[in-house]
Amino acid sequence: MSEMALEPMAPAPSESAGGGEVLLSVEHLTMRFGGLVAVDDVSFGAANGCITAIIGPNGAGKTTVFNCLTGFYKPTVGRLTLHHRSRDYLLEQMEGFRTAQDAGVARTFQNIRLFPKMTVLENLIVAQHNKLMRASGYSVLGLFGARRYREAEAKAVDLARYWLDRTNLLRHADSEAASLPYGGQRRLEIARAMCAEPHLLCLDEPAAGLNPRESHALNELLIYIRDRHKIGVLLIEHDMSVVMGISDHIVVLDYGRKISDGTPLEVRSDPAVIRAYLGEEDDEGDEGARAVPGPDGKVDG
Amino acid sequence: MTAITANGVETRPLNVPAMVKEAALTALLMLALSATMVGFEVRDVSGGLAIYTRFGDVAVVVAIGFVGRIALILLREHRPLPVLVGTVAATAAMLSLLLSETLFGAERGAALKHFMPFNDPVVLWGVLIITVGFAIRAAYLLKHMTSVLSAEERDAQMDRMGARVQHAARLLGPVLLAAAIILPFLPMANRHILDIGILVITYIMLGWGLNIVVGLAGLLDLGYVAFYAVGAYSFALLATHLDVSFWVALPFAGLMAATAGVILGFPVLRLRGDYLAIVTLGFGEMIRIILLNWYKFTNGPDGISGIPRPSFFGLAEFKRRVSDGQTFADLFGLDYSSLQRIIFLYYLILLMALAVNLFTIRIRKLPIGRAWEALREDEIACRSLGINPRNTKLTAFGIGAMFAGFAGSFFATRQGFISPESFTFIESAVILSIVVLGGFGSQIGVVVAAILLIGLPEFFRELQQYRMLAFGMAMVLIMLWRPAGLLAHREPTIRLFGRDKKAEAEAET
Repeated sequence: MSEMALEPMAPAPSESAGGGEVLLSVEHLTMRFGGLVAVDDVSFGAANGCITAIIGPNGAGKTTVFNCLTGFYKPTVGRLTLHHRSRDYLLEQMEGFRTAQDAGVARTFQNIRLFPKMTVLENLIVAQHNKLMRASGYSVLGLFGARRYREAEAKAVDLARYWLDRTNLLRHADSEAASLPYGGQRRLEIARAMCAEPHLLCLDEPAAGLNPRESHALNELLIYIRDRHKIGVLLIEHDMSVVMGISDHIVVLDYGRKISDGTPLEVRSDPAVIRAYLGEEDDEGDEGARAVPGPDGKVDG
Repeated sequence: MTAITANGVETRPLNVPAMVKEAALTALLMLALSATMVGFEVRDVSGGLAIYTRFGDVAVVVAIGFVGRIALILLREHRPLPVLVGTVAATAAMLSLLLSETLFGAERGAALKHFMPFNDPVVLWGVLIITVGFAIRAAYLLKHMTSVLSAEERDAQMDRMGARVQHAARLLGPVLLAAAIILPFLPMANRHILDIGILVITYIMLGWGLNIVVGLAGLLDLGYVAFYAVGAYSFALLATHLDVSFWVALPFAGLMAATAGVILGFPVLRLRGDYLAIVTLGFGEMIRIILLNWYKFTNGPDGISGIPRPSFFGLAEFKRRVSDGQTFADLFGLDYSSLQRIIFLYYLILLMALAVNLFTIRIRKLPIGRAWEALREDEIACRSLGINPRNTKLTAFGIGAMFAGFAGSFFATRQGFISPESFTFIESAVILSIVVLGGFGSQIGVVVAAILLIGLPEFFRELQQYRMLAFGMAMVLIMLWRPAGLLAHREPTIRLFGRDKKAEAEAET
């Protein structure tokens, strides 16, 4: 891997290991909340330069997996390893904010979490906090207006400008984040996560609430991030046009268990997936997505 | 039947019985409230206390409630004319009563005074101000024939005003600063004025310090005075026991207060909002009670006296005569005056306050300042970006407390005497009110609020018994009309296009 994989404006980094190198491996992840098993012995991997989608009906445990990965929950059982630059980071042992600071896992949220009263540009600068903190000599040098800090800040603004340009938000740079329309806020959250220069980008339902045109633009953005920046993208999504269109690899969860794992084509024809989404043929088979378990009580089994 | 007036505003016919009923209810409420509080007065007479009745005043209060409610209903129903006439007449009547002696001569004036309700003219002045408020509102309504602005319109208007004042602060700031610098040399400057100046600037400094914790980091701190106390006691104890001079003890006092801030910060890391406020309030009280009871160390309620005055940067003393070294007057070849020390203290606190201001302005543009603001907005998002919430919060607490510690040692050296009584909860409340009134995070807002809340009451000392009443009323009004504070308007810490180009960039869309 190139050291400078995320340098803005840089040409596409040279292919050394290529996509497909394992970035994240999740082994036997189990998360219990009291008596409820939200995630049950799930194992999967995500590769560098690939988009891995986690799909499943509502309540399948997708967001719980995300929260374990990004340090918001401590898993009950399991090992989450991020392999990067021949180093292994054990995510399940890290303090919440360290998964982002040290391991380079950035995420977005299902219900957008921006800094609403700060401007769009400020949101992106805050994302580069740790880098700037070091450059400002932990604020001491910065207080005296050290050149090192001013240069670092100018670079941070350049990176922000690059992502604003990519997400089509450049002209809103100085507006309050809260004043952006919904689609813009979704894009800004992705731009902010990318400004943290992650190795693994976790997106929790980025297409929720977008119209078809916006969700098409999102597809292009995600493909751009994958191809140009060669990072791993982990995606939770309900919108099948997004999932099937751009994923390299799909993991299907149902009731906290992994029921399928493979390329979009494989997953689409997997009988277990069809059953989970459409129900058994002799159940209420014509319901689009299953919200209630079938009357034969197959959940208990 | 509805009638359309010339201005196109609908007026419904008045429902007189309903009006009277509503007004009567208000009058009843006033009666219930005032019957005991106004109706009976306990006076000190020789041989004990005696109860006097003031039912006349109760009747006046009830009448004011009745008439005032009718006026409100009329305004609501878009009939400002009778209200305007009524309020102008009432204003004239009250003014002639209040100014009777100057208007009609001493003898007839004294006779007129007899008709005046309430013992204290201040109450009547208060009623007068409210009546004038009604009159202005009625006149406005008569002219525009529109109802008062909706809440959003008013918010937008106030925010624009806040933005204008903040922009004007670029000019206003230097003007205020220049005024503050030349104040001691103005002919009007005397001991009293300078003392008020020192007091106001001390509170400005405390307000700016608390603004870092409350305004930037969004951590509601109700025990800020605790750190002020820690700073004051650190200096006082060092100076009286170990003979350490002000300039050596100052950084140490700041350090002690910062340590206290971090110690408070640790247990409250997970708390937010109301819960945090309660714990900080408790912490403030704890510090005060420790100071009160640790008799051997702090001298308890007797306080510490004989705290040395600061020297002129260690070069000279502000005394008429010194056994060793020289006096300030000798150093500059001046005649001795006791005012010199006051002027020095004035500049000292001004300098310290300006340092806090400069610090805050700079730190807002540093990563730590932006992280404070981000933490105020969304802590979970901060964690997802790798910002360490613990360290970020603790630095906010520590730095805010450090500035309170500096202010505290200044307070100790100025007073020469400190006791736990100076560090009660009400001080925390006043400092927080300055920040809230001025607008969270607004530097100039703190200045304006400190002048309003500390400076004005000092000039109107004779109205002291109404001070807290006015204070409370001002706070209620702010909460109703401008919950974010008078001059709350957030200026971005960094811009991509610059202030002027922003409009262009938006016009492109």
